[in-house]
Amino acid sequence: MTERVHIAVGLDGAGWHPAAWREATARPTELTSPGYWRDQVRAADAAGVVFATLEDALSLGGRSYEADAETRRDRARGRLDAVLLASFLAPLTERIGLVPTVTTTHPEPFHLATGLQTLDFASRGRAGARFVAGANEQERANFGRRTGDSTGLDAVARSGSPASTPPRVEQSAHWQAAFREAGEVIEAVRALADSWEDDAIIRDVATGRFLDRDRVHNVDIDGEFFAITGASIVPRSPQGQPLVTVLAHQTVPFRLAAQHADVVFVTPQDADRLAPIVAELDAASAELRAEPERLRVFADLLVVIEDTRAAADQTWARLQERATLVTDARVIVGTPGDIVDEIRALAAAGVDGVRLRPARQPADLVAIAEQVLPRAAAAGILAPDDGAPTLRERLGLPRPVSRHTRQETRA
Amino acid sequence: MTRQIHLAAHFPGVNNQTVWTDPTSGSQIDFASFEHFARNAEKGLFDYIFLAEGLRLREHRGRIHDLDVLGRPNTLAILAALAAVTDHIGLVGTLSTTFNEPYELARQLATIDHLSGGRVGWNAVTSSDAFHGANFRRGGYLAHPDRYTRASEFAEISKALWASWHPDAIVADATTGEFLREDGITRVAHTTRLFDVDAVFDVPGSPQGRPVIVQAGDSADGRDFATAHADVIFSLHTEFADAQQFYRDVKGRLAARGREEDSLKILPGATFVLGDTDAEARERSREIALAQVRPETAITYLEQIWNRDFSGYDADGPLPDVEPDTGSEHAQGFANRHAAIRARIDQLRATAASENLSIRDLVIRLTANHTFVGTPDHVAAEIDRYVQQRASDGFTLIGHLSPHGLDEFTEKVVPLLQERGSYRRSYEDGETLHDLLELEPVGVREPANR
Repeated sequence: MTERVHIAVGLDGAGWHPAAWREATARPTELTSPGYWRDQVRAADAAGVVFATLEDALSLGGRSYEADAETRRDRARGRLDAVLLASFLAPLTERIGLVPTVTTTHPEPFHLATGLQTLDFASRGRAGARFVAGANEQERANFGRRTGDSTGLDAVARSGSPASTPPRVEQSAHWQAAFREAGEVIEAVRALADSWEDDAIIRDVATGRFLDRDRVHNVDIDGEFFAITGASIVPRSPQGQPLVTVLAHQTVPFRLAAQHADVVFVTPQDADRLAPIVAELDAASAELRAEPERLRVFADLLVVIEDTRAAADQTWARLQERATLVTDARVIVGTPGDIVDEIRALAAAGVDGVRLRPARQPADLVAIAEQVLPRAAAAGILAPDDGAPTLRERLGLPRPVSRHTRQETRA
Repeated sequence: MTRQIHLAAHFPGVNNQTVWTDPTSGSQIDFASFEHFARNAEKGLFDYIFLAEGLRLREHRGRIHDLDVLGRPNTLAILAALAAVTDHIGLVGTLSTTFNEPYELARQLATIDHLSGGRVGWNAVTSSDAFHGANFRRGGYLAHPDRYTRASEFAEISKALWASWHPDAIVADATTGEFLREDGITRVAHTTRLFDVDAVFDVPGSPQGRPVIVQAGDSADGRDFATAHADVIFSLHTEFADAQQFYRDVKGRLAARGREEDSLKILPGATFVLGDTDAEARERSREIALAQVRPETAITYLEQIWNRDFSGYDADGPLPDVEPDTGSEHAQGFANRHAAIRARIDQLRATAASENLSIRDLVIRLTANHTFVGTPDHVAAEIDRYVQQRASDGFTLIGHLSPHGLDEFTEKVVPLLQERGSYRRSYEDGETLHDLLELEPVGVREPANR
């Protein structure tokens, strides 16, 4: 039997190639306009894309590997807060999961958790998040307040290349702490999502009680990086917990994903090199994983798509002449058929899904929606949308029972 | 000239004003409720919808309060979602200057301004207590006297960030490869006792330049903040003479700041009950008040003041004849706290005694005294009178039902306000929230591409 996989997309500004904004098809003055995002995410939704991740960062230069990212003026700059962009897109879409990127170092975990729960209500069960550890110097200066704070992390300079970003996490106390904090934030988000049991609101007119307070629980988190006492302000949302995703390239992030995530994005340079990554994730899961469900693995591909290989090569040459792409992901330059072949190979190698990062927006996203998805479906490698009401269920993940309800059931 | 009435629609809150026992009461959290509420307010041509903020669930005597509606969305996320299902109405959220940081909140508000085509507003509130702080990284870190110092600096930093992208910062010249003008973004540095920010903003200038800023505090510091930074005050002064006095006081402070009188709108919170006759409206008002203040609500209200268990008392009987529990005499601030609580109780006893009120009737008097009660004609005339006679510039209307509480107002009162010539008959395309409130525009506008 052919393996079927989910196809997700990763969206970022004008696309993942630094010269993408200079393409004739680009809309570089609309990167913060509602219509730009509405058009593209609706197209992905209509095509059957399972979810869209939305990039974000807390500084002008974002997550670029370029050492002068904060100051150079030849790259597309300016973005919207991803959780809020996802919330805006929620009522405008039907099926697609909305997975904003969130930074775990500076923002308040309580606000993050309630924002994601609210996204889950607004999307009627299609919320997720991609959690990112760490902070660069400019992010830290933008926030300011953690300087000299005992829980503050040292800032790190940009490394200049993905191969060394971060350098082996084990070698850096800063990065180790950043990943511990990311784990703590994820667990806080899950705990707050569980803090109201599903049936906490009783509206009992006879006794005058709106809710059963025995079914709303303070989280009482007292961690290494922060403390949170109370329950969430938001009742339990349609999915119970938002989908937790993490991008990982090496041991410590692999362990973060194994311990805390529902979905991990990995970057094998080809299908053959997936096996050692999966083996490392499996070993880490065996040691650390508390979540009842198996970690789902999505492989990332950065794609340039044209109708012919010659046209694709020409586009690639034009982009690379204007700016050199530095990326963590495997790059595929080719036809929709070439992309489908690559997805088939990854499916055969055992991934649960593929996340396509369009080199150019909207051009490559349009090609994904109009060409790649239909061809993948025709080839029998696309997991069909069976109409499951929530993102988790569409991915085959059951709705988590609140930890408090679980305890009662056991007792 | 006829002064124009400005109305805001307050989403029903998590307090006893919101009646959940009514059979028509819907969800306080499902998106459909927010969508209905916003669409009705837009149908009624309101200036904006207004949302409160949740930082922690209410507690009563150390346990989660279970008698009132509880549970609400994250303010920013629900406003962003509502931007997608509305076209004209403003979207105003209450957001703390204590448990947020300027860079992040400024980019979140600018995001909603972009997504809504210039319709966002920020009700800036201060808080500094350890109870709410316990849900946040820094805990109850802020000394009480620093609340408004931080709020004021927070607003200054935010305004600087919102103005930091020059109108022509984005060049986006595909031929030359220049995306940003070299000096297109101004760095914002602010180092004081409370902040150490050295920021480069990452969101381009938004349609309104900056959000409309609302302020709700009534203290001297609050009024000072309002005259320095706010475009709108959400006041508590609804009695006509008191409202006029507050209006004169605040507007009188504007000249010293170099501001025009109409650059700051005053929109007191107000409730209303309609009926076909005045008598019917009064009867409905009484019924709603009894639903808002059920016996257990009244007892709980007194328990909060006395800090004692009154579960054995009859809500239809007289006030408890016992001393309040004001904590240990050795605790810091005991004398002041004790005196304040005693003064409050003396005042309650005097009110109850002079009119022979039961516990429940006293609490109704204090928390369920509806502002406008009468026929739609009467309510429209009263609202117009306040505005024409400079007791307010309009009102922040609070319905008692979620989410249908303002439907009746839109249907019955709005047409009468329009007939009086003091309320808009339609929105204009492309109006920002600044425009709806008749405020001077800030900065430049970008096409919204909706």
